[in-house]
Amino acid sequence: MNEREPSSVDLLIASDRVPAKAHPELLTEDAIWALLDNVKDPEVPAVSVIELGIIRALSWDGKHLSIDVTPTYSGCPATELIEELIAEALRAAGIRDPHINRVLTPAWSTDWITDVGREKLRVYGIAPPQGNASKMSLLGANEVITCPFCDSKHTERVSEFGSTACKALYRCRDCLEPFDYFKCI
Amino acid sequence: MTEQKALQDYLLRLADSDMILSQRLCELCGKAPAIEEEMAIMNVGLDLVGQARNWYEYAAELIDDGRDADKLCFLRDALDYRNLLLVEQPNEDYAVTMARQFFFDVWHYFILKNLVNASDERIANIAAKAVKEATYHLRRSSEWVKRMGDGTEESHRRIQEAFDLLWRFTGELVTPDETDHAMFKAGIGPDPEKLKQDWFGMVREVAAQATLKTGAEDAWMYMGGKSGVHTEHLGFILAEMQFLPRAYPDATTW
Repeated sequence: MNEREPSSVDLLIASDRVPAKAHPELLTEDAIWALLDNVKDPEVPAVSVIELGIIRALSWDGKHLSIDVTPTYSGCPATELIEELIAEALRAAGIRDPHINRVLTPAWSTDWITDVGREKLRVYGIAPPQGNASKMSLLGANEVITCPFCDSKHTERVSEFGSTACKALYRCRDCLEPFDYFKCI
Repeated sequence: MTEQKALQDYLLRLADSDMILSQRLCELCGKAPAIEEEMAIMNVGLDLVGQARNWYEYAAELIDDGRDADKLCFLRDALDYRNLLLVEQPNEDYAVTMARQFFFDVWHYFILKNLVNASDERIANIAAKAVKEATYHLRRSSEWVKRMGDGTEESHRRIQEAFDLLWRFTGELVTPDETDHAMFKAGIGPDPEKLKQDWFGMVREVAAQATLKTGAEDAWMYMGGKSGVHTEHLGFILAEMQFLPRAYPDATTW
C-alpha cells in the first residue's frame, strides 16, 4: 500500500481515540508553541496562528493545558474553526481536553502579526499591513500600499473590504494584478 | 431603576442595535449595487453580529435567568427589543442605506470610544475590540456621504432626501433617558451632553463637505426604540430573523 499523508478525516478519527502517545507532561510549553506554529489560519493559510499573533498565552494547569486565543475581528467567522483546529492539533499530539479560552484583551491588531508572518503574507500575494494600527487615521488620507507582486507603489483601492473582513481589495496600476491588502486595524 | 438593571438594559440596547442593523444589511446580500459594495456591506454586518454576540453574552451572564446569547437574540419579541429606531428603517435606495449607516456609525464611534474607558472591565474590553471596526465603518460611510452629496445632481438629491427622511430618527441617538444617565453616573456610558455635541459636530462637518443640509437639533423626533416602542418595521425583521429558531427550537446542528 502506498504511503499517504493522513487526511483530516484520519486525524478526526484518531482524535476520538485515546492517543497512543498519552504523555502530555512530556511536552514543554516551547514544544507546544512550535506545534501550534503548524496550525494555519483557515482563511489565510499562508500564516500560522502564531505568526498571526492570536495565541496570547499557554500554560499547564495540572494535567490540563490552557490556551488563550483572541479573535482578529469581533465577527470573524473563522474563530470557532481556528479553535477546533488548535484543539485537533493538540489532541493529535496526545494532549487531551485542552482548555481554549477566548480572550478579548489586549485587542488584536495587525501589529500582532510577526515579521515572519508579514513576509509570508507578501509571498502569498497579500500585501501585509503597513504602518502602525494604533495610528490609524479616522478621516485621513489613504496610505500608499505596495503591490506584493511587482513592488510598485502605483496602486489603487478597489474596495474597503476584500475576500474577508480583515482585508481590503487593491489593484496594481503597473502590473495590473488585483491583490488583497491586510488592513491595518 | 437599580444600576444593575440599567446595565442590563444598556447592554441589550448595544446588542440589539448591532443585531438589527446587521440584519438589515444582510437583506442586501445578492442585491447590492456593485460586488465591492456587497462585500463591504456584508463585512460590516459581520462585524456588527460579532459585536452583538459579545454584548449578548455579557448581558446573558448578568441577567442570569438561564437564557444564553442566542435566546436573548432569537426569542425576545419586539416589545423587549431595545434597538434604536434608526437601525430598523428599511434599506430603500443606496443613499438611504448609507445615510442610515453614517448616522449610526458616528453614534457608534463616539459611544465605543467612551466605553473603552468604562469602569466595567468587560465592557471596556469588548469596546476596545469594536471601536477599531466602528472607526473603519465610519470612515467608509462618511466617504460615501461625501461622494454622493458632492457628486452628480441625482446622487446629491437622493442623499439629501435620505438625510431628510432619516433625520427624525436621530434624536433618539443623543437624547438621554434614565438608563443613559445611570450609565454615565456609573462611569460606563458617555456624558450625554458631550455625546450630543460630538454627534452633531461630526455629522455637520461631514454634511458641510458633502454640500448637504442637516435638520434642526430641536426638530420633532421619533423616540421609543430604547424603551421597546418601535416602528412597524421591527416586527417584520424579527419575524424573518427569528423564524428558524422558533420553528425548530434548539436547531443548533447544521
